[in-house]
Parts: sequence; C-alpha cells; structure tokens
Amino acid sequence: MDLRIWEHPILEFKRDKQVHIYLEDKKIDAYEGETIAAALYASGIKIYSKSVKYHRPRGFFCGIGKCSSCLMRVNGIPHVRTCVTLVKDGMRIEYEKGRGDPPITTEIEVEEEKLDTDLVVVGGGPAGLSAAIAAANLGVDVYLVDENPRAGGQLIKQTHKFFGSKDNYAGVRGVEIAKILLRELKKSSVKWVLNASVIGYYENKRPVLAIAQENRKLIEVTTRNVIVATGAQENMLPFPNNDLPGVYGAGGVQTLMNVYGVKPGNDALIVGAGNVGLIVGYQLVQAGVNVKMVVEAMPKIGGYLVHASKLRRLGVPILTRHTISAAKGKDYVEGAVIVELDENWQPVEGTEQEIDVDLICLAVGLTPSSELLFQAGCEKAYIPELGGPVAIHNEDLETTIDGMYLAGDVSGIEEASTAMMEGRIAGANVAIEFGKERSRAEKLREESFEHLNALRKSPFSERVLKGKERVWKMWRELK
Amino acid sequence: MSNYEATGVLTLEDLKDRLPPKERLEKGPVAIIECIQKIPCNPCAHVCRFGAIKKPSLVEPPEVDYDKCTGCGECVAVCPGLAIFVVNLKYREEEALVTIPYELLPIPEKGEIFEALDREGKPVGKARVVSVRRMKDKTTVVTIAVKKDLAMVVRNIGRKIE
Repeated sequence: MDLRIWEHPILEFKRDKQVHIYLEDKKIDAYEGETIAAALYASGIKIYSKSVKYHRPRGFFCGIGKCSSCLMRVNGIPHVRTCVTLVKDGMRIEYEKGRGDPPITTEIEVEEEKLDTDLVVVGGGPAGLSAAIAAANLGVDVYLVDENPRAGGQLIKQTHKFFGSKDNYAGVRGVEIAKILLRELKKSSVKWVLNASVIGYYENKRPVLAIAQENRKLIEVTTRNVIVATGAQENMLPFPNNDLPGVYGAGGVQTLMNVYGVKPGNDALIVGAGNVGLIVGYQLVQAGVNVKMVVEAMPKIGGYLVHASKLRRLGVPILTRHTISAAKGKDYVEGAVIVELDENWQPVEGTEQEIDVDLICLAVGLTPSSELLFQAGCEKAYIPELGGPVAIHNEDLETTIDGMYLAGDVSGIEEASTAMMEGRIAGANVAIEFGKERSRAEKLREESFEHLNALRKSPFSERVLKGKERVWKMWRELK
Repeated sequence: MSNYEATGVLTLEDLKDRLPPKERLEKGPVAIIECIQKIPCNPCAHVCRFGAIKKPSLVEPPEVDYDKCTGCGECVAVCPGLAIFVVNLKYREEEALVTIPYELLPIPEKGEIFEALDREGKPVGKARVVSVRRMKDKTTVVTIAVKKDLAMVVRNIGRKIE
C-alpha cells in the first residue's frame, strides 16, 4: 500500500532517496526527509501505540510533536515522538510494551554544548522566524530553536493564499511565505537548531535554557533575552471513541498531506467551521479526499465567508448547529454519528445520522503552548478569548519576567499574519533594549504596530482584541 | 444573522448593491466581486491596472468602478479568497462567458465540457472550456461558456463530461 500523493495542484513533494525502515520485522519503504510517522502512515499503518491501561489503539493526532499519541521505540530509545523524528536507513521501530522498557544505553552517545547569546527564540513558525530575523538584522545575536525537522511552523502546510496587506505577503501562499522567511533567515546572522526541544528554563545570574536535540545532544544556552513563540496545540472534543486512530487534529491532517504528501483518508468529516476547518476541508479536496461534510455546533460559520463559499462551490455541505456525537470503529475510524443541536446546545432526539468516513478531522480551536513560559515563572491567566492559559503580557509582548517576550499564537490564538507582526515587534523590542540600531528598531516596531492594528480592525478580531486588552490591563496592574 | 452566515452561500439578493448595473453587464466582460465581509485583505486593489478596484481601508470590502473595469481578469487570479469572477454577457447570442479561479487537478483543457456548478456545487448545466490561463503561482484561471441565463449562477466546474 502506498498512500503517498504523487500529483497535487499546488505542492510538489521531493522524494529523492528511498530508504528502508523496519517496524518490528516488517520492512517498510520510506523516503529521506519523511518522519517515521509519515512513512508508516504512507504504508497503511495507522496504529502507533496502545494505551497502557485499556490497550486502546493510538494513532497520529497532532503531527507536530505535542500530543504524545505516536510514541514508539526507535533504535532502542523509548518514547520517541515519531511525528517529528526523521527516518534513517535501517532504523528499527518497535511498539512499546506497556509503559515501555528503559533505553539500551550503550547505543546512545550524548554530546554536550554550551553557548552564550543575546537572544534565544523558541519556535520557528511565523512569529519566531519574524522575531529572529528582525532582531538579528538589528544587530542582536540570535539563537533559534525549533523542535520540528523543518522550520516554518504551520506555514509550510498552507496551500492557500494569505489575506492581509500586499506589503506583507498578502496573496502569497503560506508555503511560499515560509520559503521567503527561510531565505531571510539564511541571509541573516541567526544561528539555529532544528529537531531540538527546550526542556527547561533556569537562571544562573542570567537566564539559561536547556535544549535537547534528537535525544543525543544537550545544549545549554546562556542568554539575556528570550522570545517564546511556541505556537499552540489542537483542542480535543469529548465524544465516544474520540481516541481512535482516524480522529486527527486539523494541523495533523495538514502535516501529513501537505508536508509529507500522504493521503490521510478517503472520506472525511470535518468538525468545526472556523477558518482552520474550512481551509483544511478545501486542502483535503485538493489532496483528492472526498470531504463528506463540515459540522459546526454554532448557529453560524465562524470562518470567513469566502473560505466557506470555496468549499460550498465544491459541493461540500456545511451543517451549522450540528456536531459529532460518536466515532465508530474498532481499531480505527469506520464511521461517525452526527446530530443536530437545539438552541441550548442539546442534541435533538431522532436527528442522529451515521456517515461512512475513515477520517474525522477536528478543527475545534487551539490552546496556547504556554508550558515553557509557565515553567519559567511568568504570571498567567485564563483568558477564553485568547484560547485559554496565557502568560500575562503587555502590548510590547513582554511577560512579567524582565527580558522574556512572547509572540504569535502562544500570546493568544490569532493567525499567521498577526503572528508575523507580533514577532517583529518582540524582535524590535529586544533590539531597542540592547541599544543597537535603536532608531531603526523603533521604526520597525512602529510600522509593525501600525500594520498589526490595521489587520485587527476586522470584526473577526473583536473577540481576540477584547482578550488582549484584558491581559494588557493585568500586566499593568502587576508591574 | 444573515442567511449566508449559516450556509456559506451568497445569493444575488445579498450581492444586489455590489453588482454592476444591467447596462454595464451587457456591454461586455466585467469583474464580479463576491466579497462582502470586512476582512483584512487588498491584493485585488493592488493588481488592478485601471484603478477600478478600491479598498476604502484594509478591512472594508472592495468597491468596483464599473466604468473603469475592463474585465481583464487579473483580479481573478490574485484574490486569496477565490471570490472574484468575470462575466461576459456579450460573448454570443445564446452563451455567456464566466471566468473562474481553479486550484484542482486535472487542469481543464480548452474544448473540454464539464458540469457547470452553482454556488452550492450543484450541477445546473454544461460548461465548455474556452480558455485556460495557468498562472506562475499555480492558480489556473478558466473561462467557460455557459447558457446566458446561467451567467450569474455558475461559479465552478465539476465532473468532466467530454
């Protein structure tokens, strides 16, 4: 079985060198540049692990190293996130038994490295890349860390052209914006490391970040400033069988089909008609998947009308006041039950409908990935308008810890164009603090604010702006 | 709440204040911009060589000066929302042309006949491909001929018939 997409209207998938990996004793074809999870999925393997207590099958969910659903034993190392680990020829993959056996230590050589820099940017998505490039071009020494095998965050999976202003990438597809930012990154003085996770923040006169790279290298970076741009993680929705392989987050689906070119299923149900659900629905059609419908619990479509209209013109129904009430199947999704909701969000009896799908794509919102900020000790608040738990910050994106900034979705769920502006503002602020190229930094900060404010004038930004104002006020009261 | 907020489908009633007047439609190709929400976006106004598309601000919906619009279709190719079409009622006695953005495979070829789909993706007749422009950014701009009374109805193509 090969679920790889070989022809796509927008994307080209580079598959230069074939390699082989082994799942238990089974030989599996893979291509260099694929993650283990993507290669397994392409060969029809949808189960990556079993739950410890009830042995329920676990599959791919988030696809970006955040959910732990795809942990497997790789070359003797337990609990490897297969969705962010690239294949290597001859790699041995095993299912974990129970809680997993300890690593075979003789096979692991651990290296150590110590670095000193002005600024560490955590996360290489639109916000992190913009922050790193802005700061570096203003004379700051920058070290950028990203836990994925490729930088670019969610941009690298967006086939649609971006809205926004023509001065800032509007009309350019997300995948192309990622290429532009990566070219700028390479031209700049930023040093970066991929496949690397920040595992802790501590202080030794100055802030220190501990970074683990590919389970093999420990990097200790002493810095002056930190910009956290860790993005967000997909929300779950409670319904029976929501843990079955085949129930995936929208970002996971995008990763599989648009980064690795693997068809996530044949027939799809999308839950949630915000911009993410509408966009992923359109992208699924582009990848050759039959999208049966989009269900949305709210009485109206949350995303832009133009995104909804694109999908409707393809014949995909959007059912508002409907939700999923169960997934069907034993080892993976074989169907879904949807139901109408009344004005009090209660299921209307007798409206259950079973639909044949093998893919249920959840696009029911995101939660800021605030872990590092909280571990570092930033004051926090629960702001529903911003997606939940956020570090309290001001308009300049500064947290309650001096010198620690945040930008992008981790500061409140918004979208990539605003994330890029926030990144630039945070990067410019660090440059202003340093006093290097101060007037240029101030100019960039001012222009970025102007643009950010223009983007937020849409009624679609009202809610997030309300949340932002609350959090800015909290910061002023604390400081 | 307007109905389109629940359906995702605009009706001619929703668009009535934004469409070109009947006399302008009858004169030949003209842009039909089906974008009525306040969203931050402006590539259409930037690309128009004739200054026919204005955005009062980044988020206000575009306004078209139909006397300046030549129906060239540059805006069809750049609209991130795939919400701009060109309609040419002067094409033939019985047929009108509709220009649509297209981002699926296979790429249609001149002379092929497809199902003509309305704004809900329902087949409403036949569409004959008259011209295909493949843009560098991989959007394809397809011009189809449909029965004249379908010019303001057809907004996509579906299955290939021949």
